[in-house]
Amino acid sequence: MSSPSATPTKDDILCAAWSEDALTPPSRRRRTDDASTSDLQPMPTSPVTDMRSPAVQDTSLFSSPAPFSHLSDTIDMSSPLTYGTPSSRVEGTPRSGLRGTPVRQRPDLGSVRKARQVDLHSDHANGPEAPASEHSVGQKLVIWGTDVNVGTCKEKFQRFLQRFIDPSSTDDENAGLDLNEPLYMQKLEEINVVGDPVLNVNCEHLQSFDADLYRQLIAYPQEVIPTFDMAVNELFFERFPDSVIEHQIQVRPYNALKTRNMRNLNPEDIDQLITISGMVIRTSQLIPEMQEAFFRCQVCAFSTRVEVDRGRIAEPAVCRNCNTTHSMALIHNRSIFSDKQMIKLQESPEDMPAGQTPHTTVVYAHNDLVDKVQPGDRVNITGIYRAVPIRLNPRQSNVKSVYKTHIDAIHFRKTHEKRLHGLDEEAEEKLFTEERVRTLRELAAKPDVYERLSSALAPSIYEHEDIKKGILLQLFGGTRKDFSQTGRGGFRAEINILLCGDPGTSKSQLLQYVYNLVPRGQYTSGKGSSAVGLTAYVMKDPETRQLVLQTGALVLSDNGICCIDEFDKMSDSTRSVLHEVMEQQTLSIAKAGIICQLNARTSVLAAANPVESQWNPKKTTIENIQLPHTLLSRFDLIFLMLDPQDEAYDRRLAHHLVSLYYQSEEQLEEEFLDMAMLKDYVAYARSYIEPRLSEEASQALIKAYVDMRKIGSGRGMVSAYPRQLESLIRLAEAHAKVRFSDKVETIDVEEAKRLHREALKQSATDPRTGFVDISILTTGMSATARKRKEELAQALKRLIQSKGKVPTMKYQQLFDDLRAQSDVAITKDMFEEALQALTDEDYLTVTGKTVRLL
Amino acid sequence: MPTVHDWINNPLGIVEDIFAQSNCSPDWETKVLEYFKEKLKDNEAASWVPSLNDVPVHYLKANSLVKFRCFIQDMFDPEFYMGVYETVDPSSKSKVLRSGKYKDVAECGHQVDLNTKNAVTLERQTFYCVPIPGESPWVKESYSCSNPARVVPSTSYAPCRHKRSYEEDEDMETQPHKQKEQLAGPQGTTDIHGSGDPKRLETEAPSSLSNAASGCSSPLDLNFPLPGEKGPACLVKVYEEWELFKVNDILEVYGILSVDPVLSVISEDKDSSLVDPMDCTESVEEQRVHCPPASLVPRLHMLYAHRLQHNNPLLPPAASEASSGFLNDVVSVRGELLGYLTHVLLGDALAAEYLILHLISTVYARRDVLPLGKFTLNLSGCPHNSTYTEQLYRVIQQLIPSSFRLGMSLHNMNNLRLVPRKDYTANRLLSGVLQLAPNTSLFLDETQLEQGQLDSTGVRNITALGNLISWQKVDYDFNYHQMEFPCNINVLIASEGKSLLPCDCHVRLQPQLAPPNLEQYISTIQVSLSPSLLNKFRIYLSLLRTLDYSISEEVTKAVEDDFVEMRKDDPQSISAEDLHRLLVVARLLSLSVGHTTLSRDRWMRAKHLETLRTNRTEQQKCVNGNEP
Repeated sequence: MSSPSATPTKDDILCAAWSEDALTPPSRRRRTDDASTSDLQPMPTSPVTDMRSPAVQDTSLFSSPAPFSHLSDTIDMSSPLTYGTPSSRVEGTPRSGLRGTPVRQRPDLGSVRKARQVDLHSDHANGPEAPASEHSVGQKLVIWGTDVNVGTCKEKFQRFLQRFIDPSSTDDENAGLDLNEPLYMQKLEEINVVGDPVLNVNCEHLQSFDADLYRQLIAYPQEVIPTFDMAVNELFFERFPDSVIEHQIQVRPYNALKTRNMRNLNPEDIDQLITISGMVIRTSQLIPEMQEAFFRCQVCAFSTRVEVDRGRIAEPAVCRNCNTTHSMALIHNRSIFSDKQMIKLQESPEDMPAGQTPHTTVVYAHNDLVDKVQPGDRVNITGIYRAVPIRLNPRQSNVKSVYKTHIDAIHFRKTHEKRLHGLDEEAEEKLFTEERVRTLRELAAKPDVYERLSSALAPSIYEHEDIKKGILLQLFGGTRKDFSQTGRGGFRAEINILLCGDPGTSKSQLLQYVYNLVPRGQYTSGKGSSAVGLTAYVMKDPETRQLVLQTGALVLSDNGICCIDEFDKMSDSTRSVLHEVMEQQTLSIAKAGIICQLNARTSVLAAANPVESQWNPKKTTIENIQLPHTLLSRFDLIFLMLDPQDEAYDRRLAHHLVSLYYQSEEQLEEEFLDMAMLKDYVAYARSYIEPRLSEEASQALIKAYVDMRKIGSGRGMVSAYPRQLESLIRLAEAHAKVRFSDKVETIDVEEAKRLHREALKQSATDPRTGFVDISILTTGMSATARKRKEELAQALKRLIQSKGKVPTMKYQQLFDDLRAQSDVAITKDMFEEALQALTDEDYLTVTGKTVRLL
Repeated sequence: MPTVHDWINNPLGIVEDIFAQSNCSPDWETKVLEYFKEKLKDNEAASWVPSLNDVPVHYLKANSLVKFRCFIQDMFDPEFYMGVYETVDPSSKSKVLRSGKYKDVAECGHQVDLNTKNAVTLERQTFYCVPIPGESPWVKESYSCSNPARVVPSTSYAPCRHKRSYEEDEDMETQPHKQKEQLAGPQGTTDIHGSGDPKRLETEAPSSLSNAASGCSSPLDLNFPLPGEKGPACLVKVYEEWELFKVNDILEVYGILSVDPVLSVISEDKDSSLVDPMDCTESVEEQRVHCPPASLVPRLHMLYAHRLQHNNPLLPPAASEASSGFLNDVVSVRGELLGYLTHVLLGDALAAEYLILHLISTVYARRDVLPLGKFTLNLSGCPHNSTYTEQLYRVIQQLIPSSFRLGMSLHNMNNLRLVPRKDYTANRLLSGVLQLAPNTSLFLDETQLEQGQLDSTGVRNITALGNLISWQKVDYDFNYHQMEFPCNINVLIASEGKSLLPCDCHVRLQPQLAPPNLEQYISTIQVSLSPSLLNKFRIYLSLLRTLDYSISEEVTKAVEDDFVEMRKDDPQSISAEDLHRLLVVARLLSLSVGHTTLSRDRWMRAKHLETLRTNRTEQQKCVNGNEP
């Protein structure tokens, strides 16, 4: 294949892609002339800045060489013989502000300076690769092997930077920018102020602005990104001629739409710009990679620099100064190295088809991207996909027929960064196709969407409609509110649910289902988990001796649901951590010198068995499950899952179970589709719907709350506390989310009320009176029980008083007397409680088996 | 000896021919696949292909067609290779296009032009395959007998071929693999050659085992799921539709064997790898795993593969074909089997009945998280401190194609790796005992468990077993997260009291007789079993698993009524869970007599069985009140 080298010097290494060549149109060639002069000019005028560039790089890795050698360097560089090399180091542009700013090499793009430009007319072999029609404007020059014309590409990109406005942007990277002004010009201003010479460009923006340019970027990143660099630097120094930044601005595109999933990578993506998501599983140590080799002639001390091309250095065989052969020796500490790091990326668990193992990809990070990510991070990586043939043996010419692939990273974006910074946004940006959104919206518009969804939830579990509805609302959650301005802190938006009931009522199955449904669910069993396993612990990394915070189930399920089975079997110390999590939604850790507060905005779905293995309907919830009421009151809904023991129910249950065992595969398949749909529906609602209370709704809530309080007040009981009101609000919001409504309306409140009452009826009914009594949950004892205790104490007091002035009494004697006197059965516990009450009154003391009056 | 077939001995030549004829048209690939599919259609022809399972690698000709009955243990990353490349003859400057498919190394007799426009990069996937874990000796035996392929040794070794044209020998073969003694080298094989004396083989086994160990002396961990397994591991390169395969599938792969020693060079040449900056992508561990020496882990370039429904050699690959003929005498076989198992279970017919149900159970579907059709059996009352559980396992192993006995001793629980774990340094999935093929029987021997402390690994292992039994899934440990792999493993727990693990069905063993010498008793029973009957049992157990099953409207109604009726009398007597179990028992009971629908009689029979069983448990409770 003939490809005329278009550069003035025939040497490939010296040819620079954007130091314009002889074939460029006159207007551009003039600029080139400017460039070459400006190359030479700065040397004497600003030697200091110029010297700095290699020095900085050198000192970073090696001891600094003597400064005068650099002077000789610069003199060498200005020599016409070595013209090409310095031009690439101190890049020539006509703008004076650009002079002093050194170019930082971009090893992420590979050896771009190899690119040659080709005139389409003179080389027809290139025809099929480069669609000539797009270049009918007269510019026939393209970079070899591509259809990229440097000039047009540059102009287009500058136009994009100057004009692109995205008023609807919600990108967090644009925080604090005026959305009605050109976005990227503001970012350039930011660079001027902050001095961080990196410009991140969202490819989506570029695509919407100029699809063709976007296509070129994706297809030929290696050529197009340097062109972008050039364009942005010209623009920048035009606007801020006096700006001093560390090195020239580098453009970092991200969010390329080309590929999202590692599994979809295929040979066609080689050398293209891709964005994939995944999890970092391993990072290597820093690898210094030679970028430019420094050779010195051992005869005449003439020195030259050779750039590394695809991992190889073309050692000069002849000294150009004294013409001695094989006299050039490599001087290591004068060569230029760049940082490089190998990162192993594994595809994220969500992207994986069932039954397969995850794929991994090697990513190379260069320069300042080194050490940006840690193992365990979820990242989106934008980079260029590469394939390199493996040589079996350097001494053999044999080639293994397999390529090694890797990605040269250009941009990292952590997807889970926000967890640490506590931004109030759904961290996961789940992408929905328009079609999917439409189906979801259609589904939401149906009047019975609530029922549909709740029945799609765990279809294999029979009935328990209200429990399923409660769990459904839990999946959606309330709206997150922030009252930190007024000192109250954030309001919890998550709904906590406790299921209690007889063993074998498919509680675990329900938990398993929810755990499988939500993207960030955690499943633990109260029996096996410790406080440490739930929260977080500090661990010393054996390799680095670094203290690492390992997170437990609660932190891991931030923004998800933590399912805790056998809640009652959990030890007290473990349970105590839940107090903070379930109300404040944070976790405090003070251990091994690390004091921190982690977000654990998790909903808790717990299941507990009654203490006596069978639910005792004669006892209250507290008595049945023996959980501290402080914890119970933190659950928005407490459901009892009891065997209803009624014929109609039995019949339906039997039918349900039998059909479970003979339904055909196709029907099963249908169910499965529903689960995916439900998943998407929940994810969509969680990330896009933020319902607010409407006026009527708040009135309805107030009314509901007042009603609840009234019910009890008639009998001297309190049936609602502010916590219940908060629960009601959350439930109403969640119900509005189910409807995809931005406003909480009266129907939402109605349903919240109904569900809440339903749950209350089941769990907070006083078994002695049959009334709903919330104080069972808040104080652990129903009002009637408390009253009875009071009465017994008084009766005991009267009994003692009736005995006259005896200073001491026998314990057993007293007990028998009281029992004889009373017409209801009095247990020993009750008697002791009464004694305790009198002790508290300072009426008597109990020592061993004697009761002493005071 | 079959005639020498080109397509077996030199399949690459055929591939090249087809490629050359096609003139670069892309359909040459399908032509190749069709050619081999056509050749393999003939059952007899397929059996001429030597099997990696039976013949040691060094007897096989490089680049010949072989087959491998295997289990996908791990999937490596896809790799890009030179699909089509161009070679330039330096003397004549003539360029030739060549295909790189089904090869590991590009043939570079000439200069390779990497930058030519005609070059095509293609993608292929690598699976790490091992022989089916826990495959019973009789299965291996029987497969290798049915495979008459003779192997012409590629080296100076004498041809090794065991003729096993006899009926199955009924004595239990203890050594798990046949490869072992074949690996032993000339001294172990020359005298065996052609003699076909299985007894003699057995005596040879121990010595050859040590030979094999010293001969290979490989520190390389071949990553078998079960401890003590032997056999070739293989890197299978898949070219088409790899997304159809899943981890833990069992396959029969036909492919081109590649044992080019060049493949091993990389790992030995460490100095050079340091120089090449591209080589730092892989750590030494990773290289060892992904490019192990080809002599130990050969490469197999897949031409054709099918997923195996079962690995029972007595059944045709599609089990349904055999069913029609066999179903006629299914009842009599069941009777014989019941009798046999009753003897083995010391005269307990009820336990034998449940054991049959257990052995034919399989997870046939899943409703969201609930696996349907699993039937974990807990046989309690097994005598402690005796070899009874071991004898029982031997009997089961002889009946079913793959199984594993896990002694639940404290040491095992605290030290064994049950759950597979991802090793990120070597970038592979470290296998664990619970990584098993579908329909493998896991025999948990709880009688070995004694009092003591379980450490965190132990707790995790017990939890994993519990999850396996309740949900038929194993959560593989990927360090940063867990991944759920559904499985289909029949778990049988033998214990003294009721097992600490959950189970679907608990049967208390009630021995009717107490033979003074258990071992002798069991072996007498085994010897008296005729080989043909044993084979019938094997077919019976494998075949019934594959049958479809349904419940008619009418019976559904009856079952519902029945349930309501029972609840009416005493709500405590039957819960939803009991109904679940009853439905499974009814299903398995119907299938065990070859019925594919539930009849009223069967339903009543299932209820009867359940009543007998629960009565027995309650009796036991009365006898010694402390059993939970």
